[in-house]
Amino acid sequence: MRTAILVVLISLPFIDRNPYHVEVLTTAGLYALLALGLNLIVGFAGLLHLGYAAFFAIGAYTYALLNLRAGCPFWLGLPVSMATAGVAGVLLGLPAVRVRGDYLAIVTLGFGEIVRIVVTNLEPWTGGPNGLLGIAHPSIGSFRFGVDSRPYYWLILLLVEGTAWACARLRRSRIGLAWVALREDELAARCLGVDTTRLKLIALGLGGGIAGVAGCFFAAKQGTVTPDSFDFILSVMILAMVILGGLGSVRGAILGAAVLTIVPELLQGFSSYRMLLFGALMVVLMQARPQGLLGLAQIRRELRGRRAAA
Amino acid sequence: MPLLRLERITKRFGGLVALSEVSFSVERGSIVSLIGPNGAGKTTLFNCVTGVIRPEAGSIRFEEEESLMGLTPHQVAELGIARTFQNIRLFANMSVLENVLAGTYVRTKSGLLEALWPWGFAAHQEERWAIDRSMRLLEQLQLAPFADHLATALSYGQQRRLELARALASDPELLLLDEPAAGLTYQERQELMAFLNRLKGQGLTVLLIEHDMRVVMPISDWVVVLDDGATIAQGSPKAVQEDPRVIEAYLGAKPDGVRPHGV
Amino acid sequence: MSPGEFFLQQFINGLAIGSIYALIALGYTMVYGIIQLINFAHGEIFMAGAYLGLAAILLIGSIGPIGAAAGAAPALSLVLTILTAAAGCALLGLAVERVAYRPLRQAPKLSVLITAIGVSFFLQNAVMLSFGAQDRYVPPLLPVLHARIGSVTVTLMQGIVLAVSLMLMMGLQGIVYGTALGRAMRATAQDPLAARLMGIPVNRIIAVTFAMGSALAGVGGVLFGLTYSTINFHDGYLTGLKAFTAAVLGGIGNIPGAMLGGLLLGFLEGFAAAYLSTQWKNVVAFTVLVLVLILRPRGLLGERVAERA
Repeated sequence: MRTAILVVLISLPFIDRNPYHVEVLTTAGLYALLALGLNLIVGFAGLLHLGYAAFFAIGAYTYALLNLRAGCPFWLGLPVSMATAGVAGVLLGLPAVRVRGDYLAIVTLGFGEIVRIVVTNLEPWTGGPNGLLGIAHPSIGSFRFGVDSRPYYWLILLLVEGTAWACARLRRSRIGLAWVALREDELAARCLGVDTTRLKLIALGLGGGIAGVAGCFFAAKQGTVTPDSFDFILSVMILAMVILGGLGSVRGAILGAAVLTIVPELLQGFSSYRMLLFGALMVVLMQARPQGLLGLAQIRRELRGRRAAA
Repeated sequence: MPLLRLERITKRFGGLVALSEVSFSVERGSIVSLIGPNGAGKTTLFNCVTGVIRPEAGSIRFEEEESLMGLTPHQVAELGIARTFQNIRLFANMSVLENVLAGTYVRTKSGLLEALWPWGFAAHQEERWAIDRSMRLLEQLQLAPFADHLATALSYGQQRRLELARALASDPELLLLDEPAAGLTYQERQELMAFLNRLKGQGLTVLLIEHDMRVVMPISDWVVVLDDGATIAQGSPKAVQEDPRVIEAYLGAKPDGVRPHGV
Repeated sequence: MSPGEFFLQQFINGLAIGSIYALIALGYTMVYGIIQLINFAHGEIFMAGAYLGLAAILLIGSIGPIGAAAGAAPALSLVLTILTAAAGCALLGLAVERVAYRPLRQAPKLSVLITAIGVSFFLQNAVMLSFGAQDRYVPPLLPVLHARIGSVTVTLMQGIVLAVSLMLMMGLQGIVYGTALGRAMRATAQDPLAARLMGIPVNRIIAVTFAMGSALAGVGGVLFGLTYSTINFHDGYLTGLKAFTAAVLGGIGNIPGAMLGGLLLGFLEGFAAAYLSTQWKNVVAFTVLVLVLILRPRGLLGERVAERA
């Protein structure tokens, strides 16, 4: 099943020659990557984070600056962006892991806004509200990615597939189990020897790192970055994808990202009513399935999986 | 030498003195019961030992040398102290097996690299070991058939046993049980007592909070009575049972062992 | 202008914007106090209030006789505008509570959060579709007057903002601590189940809380529009967030706290804008938010909240 889907997705640009479709799917892939990263933080470790777009921004600006100022190529920018955003995740997490629940959500929201405003105001470095232009697209040997969507599509497919694999692995690992334990009952987890601060920071670091990769990809694909690409609405959209898909579900995060990217495009026929309908849809969906699309199904699947795999 | 020694533990909440100069010891390989009326400070004492809250004064020593004062709960757990909770705290959205697996956390060590290493041999072996160990514990507590069920799908008595299994999965030296018999049927209570005696036979040390004298009296080697945050008596079950202060404070002039407090 | 006068001027400016924050913050705090929900859509209700106010002003101006009467007595049109916005927002708040939040009372907290965000999108776009995406000019209702003390200026509008906010806050305090309704609200906040057992119609009390909080935000919206003369459908987001900061700063769930937090935030922002730069003033708001939550999560006046699992 999984392989079949993958084969279809890989060959899709050859079957469907509509560049608009490939472009939408590439965007969906980018969101899926972000949703996977946020799912590590919110879904696995249970840390409600409302400023995730900040790590995306840090990744994007890291590559943009390295490329514009030092001519750093994309493939080097990718791990560097990941590391920078990951470190930012840990550093911003250090004070934040002391607070819980709703309060954590607001602290992270505050961090997200601070990062965005700082980026907007550090004009000599970031170009201020106008952003940075002329960031190099990726290239492999003599092949340049350019503005055609397809190479980006395949690249993001690879990144999403790799990240999803890693996330599934992590969830099953000792660390993943400890994350879920602390999500379910922090005190009980601590009394079982789980160093919750450390585990929260690992989740924030990894989640931040994934957003950094996404940011680097985004900057390289667009060729420009501006601060308004990283506003609160983006953080909220990614969170909505994770929750819609079902908290803690790796497939759910991808599905949620696909739904929330593709549905607004389908609503394009309604032109200006599109976001209105979208908002209403979010309300209705949450009433119909408060656990998310794959929430409970995911739990059941995991339950079956554990012993069979051993 | 005792495994756990508490000396003059004092804990205040605002103006309220929850524990005042509580001292007692738990000998290695024994079962010690902590009894006393509701609000006597029993759970607060557990919280002090496990690092959940910090006492203002006193000392807690584990394994002769090790001071537990100022340690965090996970550090205490790493030293080999496991606990259960008065109001069962299972991981609701985890399977029964996963709950127990979470208990093996301190006895395993694979980190991020092992988790992400595609040919994860070491991690895989460790996972096998943890699952085997957990399944054995589930079998001992008659929970094996439910390994793949959600923890919340279990009956009340089963949930209590699962919490016990989770605590045992960390292979502790000292087990703290907070009212393990509360809400159990007669049959379940008998099984619990037999199980605790078996653990003792394996060399495990148990400190338990319990209201039910029918559980406390037969299995305890030592009984500590707390009232209003202070130790009013301690000794063998028989000695405590006959102590007039205990009868006065706890049993409310009913020396026949009928418990005045209860579920 | 001497440094002292400059300071006083910033103080007055801060007081005016701060009382608008306080009006909005009250809605956050009341709803959080009663059902522990961060009502993310509250900022949009404030924004809708600003637009309702605009609509009322335009409508009053366009109806001949009323317009003439209102032109003669600007205070009357101000009252009419405020009442329209308050009533409209109260209805809006009721509708949002009924349609979006009530069905999710037992659902996981995160689903409610996402619902609130969905409502937010909906309201923003509904306003954008009705009034357009550009900034809208809000015609002044009152003559542009100001008083001068030395070189410090107090505009009539600032005076009105202050007076109206103060009156509303005192009224609210009176309702919450002096009436049966207020007692029912406080009881529900303490323990909804016990309140229900005591015969308090909990659902209705929650609805009333939403209506009251929304009405206050609506008044805040009118005052905001009249103070700044332009409004945009995006205004709800940032102002809402700042008002939320104010609520947290004062201690969420605490009514006097929300007022204090609003005023403090207004001052901080005014001083940051004056002494640092306007660009960085929003950073100040969010830095305050983060610092308060980390260092004193219960806020200035909040009581220690028991941890809810």
